[in-house]
Order: sequence, then structure tokens, then C-alpha cells
Amino acid sequence: MKIDDFKKINIEVERLHYDRLEKEPGRDWKRYFTFSTDHKVIGIQYLVTAFFFFLVGGIFAMIIRAELITPASDLVDRTVYNGMFTMHGTIMLFLWTFPSLVGLANYLVPIQIGAEDMAFPRLNAAAFWLVPVVAILTIAGFFVPGGSAQAGWWSYPPVSTQNPTGFLINGQFLWILAIFVSGISSIMGAVNFVTTIFRMRAPGMTLFRMPIFVWTVLSAQIIQLFGLPALTAGSVMLMCDLTVGTTFFDPALGGDAVLFQHFFWFYSHPAVYVIILPIFGIFSEIFPVYSRKPLFGYHVVAISSIIIAAVSALVWVHHMYASGTANWMRLVFMISTMCVSVPTGIKVFAWLGTIWRGKLRFNTAMLFALGGLVMFVFAGITGIMLAAVPIDIHVNNTYFVVGHFHYVLYGTVTMGMFAAIYHWFPKMTGRMYNEGWGQIHFWLTFLGTNLNFFPMHSLGLHGMLRRVASYAPEYMFSNVLASLGGFLLGMSTLPFIFNIIISWIDGEKAGNNPWRAIGLEWLVASPPPIENFDEIPIVISEPYGYGKSEPLTLDRPFIEVETIEKITLATTDNQVEINNN
Amino acid sequence: MNNDSIAQQPEFLPDINTFYQNSLHKIHDHEGHSMFGFIVFLLSESIIFLSFFAGYIVYKTNTVDWLPPGVSGLEVKEPLINTVILISSSFVIYLAERELHRNNLPGFRFYLIATMAMGSYFLYGQAIEWNSLEFGFTSGVFGGTFYLLTGFHGLHVFTGVLLQGIMLSRSFIPGNYDTGHFGINATSLFWHFVDVIWIILFVLIYVWQ
Repeated sequence: MKIDDFKKINIEVERLHYDRLEKEPGRDWKRYFTFSTDHKVIGIQYLVTAFFFFLVGGIFAMIIRAELITPASDLVDRTVYNGMFTMHGTIMLFLWTFPSLVGLANYLVPIQIGAEDMAFPRLNAAAFWLVPVVAILTIAGFFVPGGSAQAGWWSYPPVSTQNPTGFLINGQFLWILAIFVSGISSIMGAVNFVTTIFRMRAPGMTLFRMPIFVWTVLSAQIIQLFGLPALTAGSVMLMCDLTVGTTFFDPALGGDAVLFQHFFWFYSHPAVYVIILPIFGIFSEIFPVYSRKPLFGYHVVAISSIIIAAVSALVWVHHMYASGTANWMRLVFMISTMCVSVPTGIKVFAWLGTIWRGKLRFNTAMLFALGGLVMFVFAGITGIMLAAVPIDIHVNNTYFVVGHFHYVLYGTVTMGMFAAIYHWFPKMTGRMYNEGWGQIHFWLTFLGTNLNFFPMHSLGLHGMLRRVASYAPEYMFSNVLASLGGFLLGMSTLPFIFNIIISWIDGEKAGNNPWRAIGLEWLVASPPPIENFDEIPIVISEPYGYGKSEPLTLDRPFIEVETIEKITLATTDNQVEINNN
Repeated sequence: MNNDSIAQQPEFLPDINTFYQNSLHKIHDHEGHSMFGFIVFLLSESIIFLSFFAGYIVYKTNTVDWLPPGVSGLEVKEPLINTVILISSSFVIYLAERELHRNNLPGFRFYLIATMAMGSYFLYGQAIEWNSLEFGFTSGVFGGTFYLLTGFHGLHVFTGVLLQGIMLSRSFIPGNYDTGHFGINATSLFWHFVDVIWIILFVLIYVWQ
């Protein structure tokens, strides 16, 4: 059976329910601008909002790269430059990576565990509508006297407690407020996800039948729950220092500036795992589909997510090797940091084991996942280097660190996010994207990322500091390369945007399961109806059953008996094909 | 899903029938979700306090001139009375809960009002204490941490009393308890949480001087 025939069946299946879907109230674009409590609408709202701010943060990044294309500080004012890198970091983290991943999880987790919606739909909507509030607070910084916050995204005192203009509402004030509101939104989301995953699973969906994406979302949200309050505590104290005149972080008056760093990194290092864990989940979902093989070592991959979440609470001081940290503490945190590479390495080998001798299909989603994996391995190697105290002290606060975490955050997280968007685009919109433009997008992104961030490593090793607007002329060549890469990355989003918009409006009908993937979300219509399932499915087997002839659920919602027979035939044919290979 | 198709299930899953029914029950168990979510929230909230406590311990053990000039320490007697009242109120709200489970609404209201009175007295006592102190929020890290911790906790006490007030007024709505007792259970749990936090706070600030 050819793929085309399979698609035809899928489209037939969808047509059976087409009338029903069309008649559902509120299924037009306007619902995305309402206080909808449907987790799928909220998921799309998150994704689109986050992508908009990805573009805003990207424009800031290109301003930074344009400034750095020449050694002199000649493009923007130095205070504007400080505001640019501060806001670039803040927007990319708090308005792109967090909300986009929460949006994806919002869309997928309830369907993947066989639930009708999240546990608290109204709380879910409220959490989303706090994101625009965060955005307004963040952007408003540019319009107050003195300009936006300029203390970098980590806002260390004493820089962040300066208030030269003397106004109560200044850029830093708004920044802290934005972080605070973002924290409230994240905690609301985290409570919702943890409750949903623990209490709303379909019958038969035991913990060890959950897709890895659900496992990683669970681990990530548990990190939010124990980590974020520490940042909240720290930012409350910082706010008091900035506005009321307390001296928590002022060493001259008995305070302790390093304490803020502890509060900050106790959350913000685990926050990296909040971001990267769902990306691991995405990889674990995508590799089996496009390799036609079950995920290698499912149980170990699932448990390693929880281990990463646990160990993440014990590594934060590795950001502070150069902050007057005692030697014994450096040693302890060096060892604990290196321990993270064990569960992470397990995952990488599991993915390699999955694609090894698989029947690979190089769709856009698979390309992005493979590209993300390659760059993650590279980021992991520099990560281990940075965990080692001697190297970290040498390259502390240089472009080596910038290069490392951009390989994580662009090379892995953003690439993984694109992989996810391409993979689930047919499910979310019911339409196929344009494969050719998708591949162009991939190659532009892959080249741009490496061109942008690879030269930063050598710059850092040679001593170029981060967050500077001017630098010594001998650093120029690598900076020009990096800037060209940055502009290439800026351009790489254009084919994506056009592809997504045009395909959403006028793409080919996708059918329920264009990738022949196994998972509850692929059993329902595309896009799924409100409350997802006609009847809650009964799960009877482990996920990723590629090449095995066991059904995922006891009954198949939305599908008539004849169609089930056809699909069963098709699946069996397909498996025979794989087994023969 | 009709009974026939459940009956035709594969034999390797003997318990799916009961499991399915249990789960159906679980899906509609919104009260259970709410309580689970609320406990998760409280666990997370406790981390804010733990962070403040950790900061307090760091300051207390590292600061050279801990007490601001002219301050000899904190008076313990009146805060202790306050503490006893707050902790006793935890038992009183438990009695209120018990009365509600026995469907004795007047008794429930009586104990709930008593809890609110005790909580309000605690806040009043706190305000009196703050007024009599000769140091302020900006008097070094001693003053800063003292007002931050007691103030942040006081905010929680205030929230607790507010929640109890809402629960009290809701008890007059007919049929309010048809969907379960989540509201009062959560309020009560929150009150216990606020009490436990206070015990740690009292030991850290008043006992360990």
C-alpha cells in the first residue's frame, strides 16, 4: 500500500466527520481572540504569541549583531545596546521558549493522555492571558524615562539596584514586575499540568504507557514548582532594594549581593531543563515516527527525565564559580553538574538506538530533529567543559559561554520547536505544510545557527567578553561571521512564516494521520474536535509500537467499522514491509 | 462504549472493566482534581518561604552588626501569646470542618467565626508589635528580613481570614455543599499551612536571637 492510498483513506475518514466538525460552534479564527478554555485554542494562542515575540527578540539580536559587526561602538547608543541584550535575553526566555513549550504541551498533553481537556480549563486560560501582560510590562520599559532594564537578563545587583533617573517606575522596576507576573502564570500552568497528568489519564494509560513528551512535560513542570518560588523570593527582595530602600543585596550596608545570585540560579539553571526537557520529549516523539521503529529503551528514557529534574536542583552554583565561591563548593557542584550528563547521555544514545537501521524519512520535522540532536551533542560537549572549574574560570563571562548556551537555546530548543511545529502542524490545522519550503527553512536555520554561534567559541577562548558594544580589532573576523549568521537566521524565519500562513489557509487536507504515527493524538480528527474524544479511549499497549501488530486502544473513536478494517490492513501491510527490511 | 464491547476485551487485561469504571468516576471527580492541584500549589508556595528562611539564616550567621544601633533584641512574650492563639485556631477550624461533615451548619459557622476572630487577633497583635518597634524596614538586613518575613506571612494570614469569610458567606447559599466540600477543605489546609510556617518563623526570628 502506497502512502497516497493511505492518505486517501484518512481523508475519507475525516470526511465522515466533516459535517459534525463544521457544525461545532466557534470553530473559526475568532475563537483565538477570546477567553477560550479549550486547551487546543489556548495552545495555539501560546504558540502564536510566543512566535511573535521570537521575532521581536530576533530583531533585538540582529541589532546587537549589527553593532558588533565593527569593533567600534558606532550603531546604537551604549545604553540602548545594554537594553538590547537585556531585553533580547528576557524576551527569548520568558516570552518565546517558556510560552511556546507551554503552548505545545497545552495542545498535546491532554490528547496524548486521553483526556478531554486540562484539569482546570479556566486557570489555563487565565495563565495564558497573563502572557500578554508580561509582554506589555517588558516592552513598556522602552517608554519610561531612562529606558528599559540594562542589567542583563539575570539582573545581578548592584547593577540592577541602581536607579539613576530617580523615578519609581523605571525599566528595572518593570522588568522585575514582568518576571513576577510571568512566575504567577508559570505556577498556574505547572499546577494544571501536574494535576492533569496525574489525575486525568485515560483508562489503561498507566504512567509507563505515557508518551515521553508527557513524561518530559511532567518533569519540567515539577521543576517549575520547586524552582520558580526561589526566583520569586529573590525578585521580591530585589524589588524592595530598588524601590523601598532595603539593603538585602547591598554589601556596604550589611547585605549580600551573592545571595541574589543563589536565588536567581537556583531557579534559572533548572529553568534550562524546563526548556530542554520538553524538547527531549519532542525528539523522542519524532525519531520513532520517521524511523518506523519503537523508541529505544522507553522506560529508561522516561525515568531519566525525572532524574534530570531531581539533579537539576543540585547544580546551580556552577554559574557562580567566579563569584567568590569556596573551593569545596566549586568541587561539589562540578561533580553534581557532570552527573547531569549521565541521564542526558542515556537519552542521546536512546535516540541513536532508535534511528539506527530504521527506515528513515527525511521530512522537515525529522531534519529539524536530527539537526537539533547534532547541535545538542555539541552543546553538551561545551557544557561539560564549562562544568569544569578551571575552564569555566578561564572563559567565565566570555563569548564561549554565549556560544554554548545559544547552541542549546537556538541549536536545540528552537530547532526542536520547529520540528514539533512541522510534525504536529497537520494535526493542529488539518492541513499539510509545503515540504520544499520546509526543507529550505531547515537548511537556512542549520547553516545560520552554526555560522552565528560557532565562531563565538573561539572568540570566547581568546578572551572576548560578552555584553560589550566595542571590542579589540583582532576579534573582528569572527564577529563578522557571527553577524552574517545572525542575519541569515533572521531571514530563515521568512520561508517558515509564509509556509505556515499559506498552508494553514490553503494547504492540502492532511487527514487524521499523515505520518502514519502511533499515538492517541493521531487517532482523532485533524484538527481534533472540542473535548478531543467522542468516548475516552481505553489504552491497551505501550506507546511507539512501530513494527508490532498490537493496537494502541481498545476501540477507535471516529472511525467506522469498514474503515478500521482498511486501516488495519494498511498498517499490517506496512509492518510486513518493515519486517522484510 | 456499551457493555458488549467491554465484555469482548482481550483476556490479558482482566481488570479493565473495573478500571474503566473507576476511571470514569475519576474523570468526573473535579473536587479531587482541585484538592490535588491545591496541595501541589501549597508545596510550591512553601518554597518561597523556605527561600526567605534560607536567606534569613545566611544573613543571621554572616552579618557582623546584626542588630541595628539602639536595638537590643525582640520582645518574645506578646508574640508568644499571638503564636498560641494562631496555633489554637488550627484546631478550631478543624472542629468547623468536622461540624460541616456532620451537616451541622450553625456549629460550622460558630467555629469558623471563632477561627476568623483568632486570625484577626493575630493580625491585630502583629500590627501592635510593628507599631512599638524602634526599627524599620530599611534598618539594615535585620529590619529588612524581619518585616519581609512577618509581613509576607501576615499577608497569608490575611488571605486565610478572607478565604474563611468567603466560606462563611457561601454557607448561606442553599445547595452550596451539593458538589462537595472542596472550598472549606482547601481553606482549612491553607490555614494549617500558614500555622506551620509561623512556627518555623517564630523559632527563627524570636527564639533564635
